[in-house]
Formats: sequence, structure tokens, C-alpha cells
Amino acid sequence: MSVATQDTAVRTGRVTRTFIYVFLLLFALFYLMPLFVMLANSLKPLSEITEGNMMALPKVWTLEPWAKAWSSAQIGVEPTGLRPYFLNSILMVVPAVAISTVLGALNGYVLTKWRFRGDSILFGLLLFSCFIPFQIVLIPMAMVLGKLGLAGSIPGLVLVHVVYGIGFTTLYFRNYYAAFPTELVRAAMIDGAGFFQIFWRIMLPVSGPIAVVSVIWQFTNIWNDFLFGASFGGQSQPMTVALNNLVQSSTGVKEYNVHFAGAILAALPTLLVYIVAGRYFVRGLMAGSVKG
Amino acid sequence: MATTRAQPDFRTRLQDWLPRIVLSPSIAMMFVFVYGFIVFTIYLSFTDSRMLPSYDWVGIENYVRLWGLRAWWTAVINLGIFASLYIVICTAIGLSLAIFLDQKIRGEGLLRPIYLYPMALSFIVTGTAWKWIMDPGIGIENTMHLWGWESFEFRWIKDRDMAIYTVVIAAVWQTSGFVMAMFLAGLRGIDNEMLKAAQIDGASNWNLYRRIVIPLLRPAFLSAFVILAHLAIKSYDLIVALTGGGPGRATELPATFMYSYTFTRNSMGIGAASAVIMLMSIAAIMTPYLYAELREKK
Repeated sequence: MSVATQDTAVRTGRVTRTFIYVFLLLFALFYLMPLFVMLANSLKPLSEITEGNMMALPKVWTLEPWAKAWSSAQIGVEPTGLRPYFLNSILMVVPAVAISTVLGALNGYVLTKWRFRGDSILFGLLLFSCFIPFQIVLIPMAMVLGKLGLAGSIPGLVLVHVVYGIGFTTLYFRNYYAAFPTELVRAAMIDGAGFFQIFWRIMLPVSGPIAVVSVIWQFTNIWNDFLFGASFGGQSQPMTVALNNLVQSSTGVKEYNVHFAGAILAALPTLLVYIVAGRYFVRGLMAGSVKG
Repeated sequence: MATTRAQPDFRTRLQDWLPRIVLSPSIAMMFVFVYGFIVFTIYLSFTDSRMLPSYDWVGIENYVRLWGLRAWWTAVINLGIFASLYIVICTAIGLSLAIFLDQKIRGEGLLRPIYLYPMALSFIVTGTAWKWIMDPGIGIENTMHLWGWESFEFRWIKDRDMAIYTVVIAAVWQTSGFVMAMFLAGLRGIDNEMLKAAQIDGASNWNLYRRIVIPLLRPAFLSAFVILAHLAIKSYDLIVALTGGGPGRATELPATFMYSYTFTRNSMGIGAASAVIMLMSIAAIMTPYLYAELREKK
């Protein structure tokens, strides 16, 4: 999608303009409200939530719920807090993102600069695999992970996320490299440069922006995944699964403030990425839907 | 003679094959983990698998039983309600926000990221937040009472008939900003001159948008529909976090149905059959779309 600069603004009267601003601001409030509620209530003592107003700022400010969510809340049967699961997520996300992005770059390079018969069919199949409902692979995946001895382990989750992530990363790099002049690659070939030399010297130096898009997309998706984590996480559950266990636990008093603090902790990494590199995040989203 | 030639031959041949060799691990993984697994699950859906996979063929029995199950019908009807409202509301909000945001708005750079940030969150986070916001005890209902609107009632999340609509609210909150971004990109690609000409001809703003701009956005509508429909069919996390499928089974969707029948109710054959139906409905939407998209590029 081209990032054009034109807007389609029409001439509008003062009443219309006021209406537009009010409309836009109301929706901004709608989108911000849950974040405000989570943040405000994660800083209150529990009594202020159960007896007070969810929309109010804390009267007594406290970091207690955050500390509890992080290091001592009951997750499942262990009072470990979310900390070990946060670590699990990191250990899972980093290799999965790295591997799937590298594979995506190589695939995109082959599919645009070293084309062969049938390559577009392969790409089509790869693309379709991005959109399958993962329920269709859960049962055989569970069996195969069990056979490989990877069930309930971080390497198992990394494998799953790489396998179902390369479709998107390949898509990104393929579309990006398609716009790169093939003549340059041809000229390098005539000069005797090999497959990897061309990739290393010519393609890679220009791949910065799309690599960022790919990394951000993969990071967000894998960090936020729940289905695979819940199905194959076993002893190595990621953050999303732990948060759900924390919130759904039926024993004891419902500590809403701890739940909210936990939810923000689970959201923090992707939210930070969004704040720092939002532009690339949007590009990734768009490339996943409107290609070209 | 032959042996001395083999050396350069081998190297050139290796160069020729290198691209395919590099591509092959990904392709192999795809054929095993995606298409192989799909075939395997389809096969399981024709067997009497229960707690563990079994290879005894029972024909279409699982499908017959599946469509005879009340729980499956509930899930399918819920998906129908959820998907249609979700798609329509997201599209309406996304389109309105995009059109309004495109009127040389001061602060656009600030508003856009606010609309879009929910997309960066996990559905589990979204579900957790909205679960408590819509909770009658501590949420909006309580807030309204404290603000003096004593008769205000909002307990859909506890109501079997209304709970599915709470899922719509949370899902719309999460994705409508993304739809806005898709429409905004479409709007920014429209040639301004055409609009100016129409305006000079005296077309009203309403007609301008209805007759010219919105028809030009057809590709964005199509993309939005495809993306939203496929997200709706795949919805799983949000249900788990927001309602847990309840109250009772009131908000089960096919994705949660599949999970519980396969892994907790020991009816793997039926679970596999439901997964196959999910796949088929997504394929029916995605295949023509992807086909058209790939064709256009050439």
C-alpha cells in the first residue's frame, strides 16, 4: 500500500467540523478507557476497587499489586508470580523471531531473484498456510512434538512458531525484494558473484526496513499467542497462558488489582515496541492484508 | 576426461540448485507441518478416535454426530452472530474514523496511534480488561451507580442471551482501529483532482462520498472483510479470557468447541471434524482472495 500524502478532505462547515472532532475524540476515549482502567486499578489497594469506582484514580497509590503479580501471585499451583513465565516468553520469542526472519529473507530472495518453474505455486501454498485455523494442526502437532521429545518445552514452542511464521516473513521479504531491480543482481552474477555473495553484499544491506517490519510482526504475534502456548507449553508456559491462569483461578479472593497489573505486564513488551516503532508495525499489518 | 570435467560441472550445477536447496527446508516444513497435518486431521475426522488417535475408519459418522450436537449448533450460531456483527461494526467504525481523520484534522498524528494500539495487545489482555470492565460488580454498572444513575443496568456478560455481544464489544475494540488504517491507506491513494472536479460541479459532501469515494474503496472493503472474517472464525483466545465460553456454554465458538471436544471430552474424531469445517470455511474465503491478489501482481 502506498503511503500517499494526499488527503481526500472536502470543504466542511463549522458544525460538521465540530461534529467530526467530537466523534474522533469520543472514539479516542473509547480506545483509551481500558488502558486507563487497567493502569489506575493496578495502582489501588483491592478495597478501593471492590468498594469504589473503577473509573476513579487511586486515593492511595500502591505498587503492591505490581510486585505481587510479578513475583508472588499464585499461578496454577505455584506462588511464583508471572516472572518465570515472562522469562519463558522471552526465551521462546527471541529464537523464533530470529529464525523465521532469516528464513523469510532467504525465501523471499529465492522467490524473486532465482525464480524457477512452479515457484509461484509454492509461494501460494506458503501464503495460504498463514491463514489456516490452527485447530486443524493441533492434534498431529501434539503427537509429533511428543515423538520428538519436545512436548512442553521451549524448543518445541520455538519450532511451532517458526513453522507457522515463515509464511508471513516470506511474504514480507518477497514483496520487498520484488521491487528491487533484478538488473543489479544479473550484473553481479555476470561478474561471477555467487548466490550467497549476492544476498550478503547486495540484498542484505537494503533489507533494513523490511527486516524491522518482519521482526516486529513476528515478535507481536508470537508474544501474544495463546493457543500454541496453552496446547504445547506444558512446563514452559508463556506469559499469555500464565496471565489467563492468574485471572481465571477460582480459589480465594479475586484480586482485581493484581490481575490488571499482570495484564499490563503481559502487554508491556508489545506495547513498547508499538510506541517505539509504530510506523513499522502498521506497515506489517497492512502488508499482511493489502499486498503490494 | 569425464572426471576432469566433473569438477566445474558439479560446481555450476550446485550453483543452479543452491536456490532450491536454500528454499527446501521451509518448503519441507510447510508440506509436513501444514499440508501433511491437514491431511492427517482430515483422516482422523473419519476415524473413531477418542482420547487418542485411532485408525479405524468410520466414514462420515463423526460429521453426522457433529451436526446432531446441540453444542456444535450453539457454536455455529454464535459464530454467525459474532462474525456478522463484528465485521459490520468494525467496518462502519473503521470507515467513519478514516473518512473523518482524512479531513485535515489537527492532531491526526496523535489520534491514529491511539486508535490502533489495541492491535498490539494479546487477546488475553483485551479479554482480561473487558471481563472486569463489563463485570456488574466492579465495572461499568457499578461506576454508573456511583455516578448517580441508579437504574443503569449492564450485566450482559452474566446473561446467557446477551453474553455473545460482550465478545463483539471487546473484539471491535481490538480491531476496528486496524480497519481504520486500511481504509485510511485506501483514501490516501485516491486521486484528489477527481474529487475537486466533482465538488466544483456542485456535488454535496454526502453524495461525493457515497457516489465516488466509497466505490473507489472497494479493494479496502474486500481486504477488511477477508481479514475480519478469518479472524472471527479463528477467535479463540478472546473467548477463553473474556467469558470462558460461558455463562454455561452460551459463548462457545467453533474454535473453543474443537478444543474442548478434542482435549477434554475425549472425542478427538468429532474435534477433528469440527476443525475440518473451520478450515473449509476459511479456505472458501481466503482462496479466491489470495488467488486474485497473486494474479494481479503479474
